[in-house]
Amino acid sequence: MPAHPTLERTPSRVAPGWGEAPPSLLWSLTSAWATDCKMNCRSEVLEVSVEGRQVEEAMLAVLHTVLLHRSTGKFHYKKEGTYSIGTVGTQDVDCDFIDFTYVRVSSEELDRALRKVVGEFRDALRNSGGDGLGQMSLEFYQKKKSRWPFSDECIPWEVWTVKVHVVALATEQERQICREKVGEKLCEKIINIVEVMNRHEYLPKMPTQSEVDNVFDTGLRDVQPYLYKISFQITDALGSSVTTTMRRLIKDTLAL
Amino acid sequence: METDLNSQDRKDLDKFIKFFALKTVQVIVQARLGEKICTRSSSSPTGSDWFNLAIKDIPEVTHEAKKALAGQLPAVGRSMCVEISLKTSEGDSMELEIWCLEMNEKCDKEIKVSYAVYNRLSLLLKSLLAITRVTPAYRLSRKQGHEYVILYRIYFGDVQLNGLGEGFQTVRVGTVGTPVGTITLSCAYRINLAFMSTRHFERTPPIMGIIIDHFVDRPYPSSSPMHPCNYRTTGEDTGVTCPSVEDSQEVCATSFSTSPPSQPAALGAGSADLAHPVVFAAGLNATHPHQLMVPGKEGGVPLGPSQPAHGAQADQERLATYTPSDGAHCAATPSSSEDAETVSNGSEGRASPHDVLETIFVRKVGAFVNKPINQVTLTSLDIPFAMFAPKTLELEDADPMVNPPDSPETTSPLQGSLHSDGSSGGSSGHTQDDFVMIDFKPAFSKDDILPMDLGTFYREFQNPPQLSSLSLDIGAQSMAEDLDSLPEKLAAHEKNVREFDAFVETLQ
Repeated sequence: MPAHPTLERTPSRVAPGWGEAPPSLLWSLTSAWATDCKMNCRSEVLEVSVEGRQVEEAMLAVLHTVLLHRSTGKFHYKKEGTYSIGTVGTQDVDCDFIDFTYVRVSSEELDRALRKVVGEFRDALRNSGGDGLGQMSLEFYQKKKSRWPFSDECIPWEVWTVKVHVVALATEQERQICREKVGEKLCEKIINIVEVMNRHEYLPKMPTQSEVDNVFDTGLRDVQPYLYKISFQITDALGSSVTTTMRRLIKDTLAL
Repeated sequence: METDLNSQDRKDLDKFIKFFALKTVQVIVQARLGEKICTRSSSSPTGSDWFNLAIKDIPEVTHEAKKALAGQLPAVGRSMCVEISLKTSEGDSMELEIWCLEMNEKCDKEIKVSYAVYNRLSLLLKSLLAITRVTPAYRLSRKQGHEYVILYRIYFGDVQLNGLGEGFQTVRVGTVGTPVGTITLSCAYRINLAFMSTRHFERTPPIMGIIIDHFVDRPYPSSSPMHPCNYRTTGEDTGVTCPSVEDSQEVCATSFSTSPPSQPAALGAGSADLAHPVVFAAGLNATHPHQLMVPGKEGGVPLGPSQPAHGAQADQERLATYTPSDGAHCAATPSSSEDAETVSNGSEGRASPHDVLETIFVRKVGAFVNKPINQVTLTSLDIPFAMFAPKTLELEDADPMVNPPDSPETTSPLQGSLHSDGSSGGSSGHTQDDFVMIDFKPAFSKDDILPMDLGTFYREFQNPPQLSSLSLDIGAQSMAEDLDSLPEKLAAHEKNVREFDAFVETLQ
């Protein structure tokens, strides 16, 4: 099999014209650009209704599918600003409580990280004792280095929100039907995700070596996803969580 | 903005499209093999992983794809199609999906070939990986093996969607714009699987001796032949099996039943040549044939849950499944109460295909079978110290399944050995009090100087005192006394409630 060309490319700057701004305009550019990006940030919402024991697998299926599309191989920079990319392996994961199989990136570190946060979400849902409503957010962001005294900003460019509604089922037959139904629903969600991915909308430009940590998470050994953070909240019937909203307001005010 | 692609870009683009088409076929066929796919990530680029994705190449699939492409590339009006269909053991077949890689005229002149197009093709392959697990045919393909197999066919040209039945659905995997056109990857899949379920229920009479030759090559008129999607992707080995796969048309017809004590049935030597799965299915619960079929893919898990008709005296049928393809899964699954020898036991210790196919079955008498077989001697019985077992015992009596022994009787073989010096003869069912042992020489012990030898030990500990909790004295306590003592017990427990709580905390 003939080898494919080792792709050596010269990456372009992360944000057009950023480095050329005179210092006096730094502040205004930061906020303007940040606002722009916030306004351009893609937001996708998915909703699922599952039984308690299916929460974990359903969330992992969605998160892994998104991250499969948002991960590349490890970059290896060479001289003259060119780089080559490692290989991403994939593996099938069968769900135990849902008639469903999803594909994830072959990276144990990434899987562990996701399982940890999904586990916390599942526990929080279980302990909330509320209506069984919650949501997880997977946010892809870029870091913008600011000059002192301003701290680095995290500018999101894509946010995936998965809303979960936990139902309680009484009989085994209902559970069996739920297995199949949730499997079909997840199939639809995967198709939705792929549809969004296929639009080829904004993606951060490939960074130079000095900027790679502002765009990608280079901490994993075998793959390199875009910088992401996952958060979750337990919501009430209105879909809002009071404590989290307050916290976010305060944080945002202080960050500015 | 240049309107014409320079020659280097054009060459690169053609190469990308060609390898994208080949990888697309690999992903689709591998997703229908019926197994979970797993490839490893590699942080250092190997230089041979197209689109930075670890997708293995099954040589035969690449060969078929190249044959279908015949040096051309997907272009406007020339689509590459992968057709996935299902074929039952009775020869019925049904198209399940058609995956199409098409090119249309809408060009994106501004896109950079070596960068954006390549990355987007990589993203499209990832989407394909995800979508191939999501269409209905995936779950069908995971369960293939005995009643049906999944086949693929690659063709080039116009898309033919007629075989998908009414109301088929389409899912678009994605598109990538290039300077010469837009590549579109989509899948049309059948949703009307009613054909499957009616055929399923029509097979109510027991299935005897269904043989599936998965690799029968029946080329359709004026179209490319179908290929099965279920062989191992173990690199070099697939090359070995391929030629025999294409050529062999032989079918091995052997079936098992237990009505007479069967003569030894050797799997014909002819079948050793065939590298195809051979299935013997004796239908017991014909309404749930799936439960009886051991999916060879799953590592030959022996049948557990679904037991055949439990008539103790009923003739029982054997189920054996072989998939002697590269990985040589051999699972023979006897019904629970048979003692019959099997070729291989479960998934551990697989024999090579060659060995498996040449082993001879010999039936031994099993429990619950009323036909004593005279040729089975005592020595072949599976009890320890069979040599010492009292020979006056009947076969069936000696079989612990037929006559569950009382506790003293379990030591009967040992008793036999105990009596090796002394009297012989029927000692079953005796209690210890009737023994009169003068010279106690237990097996395997040396009669030497140690004061505490095995015999002494055995004698002393043969009659341990009964546990007090099991003695009847406590049971004689009346119910009334029990109830009376309850409040005190409750009070005591309540006092210790903190300890109990602390204990529960530690458990969480």
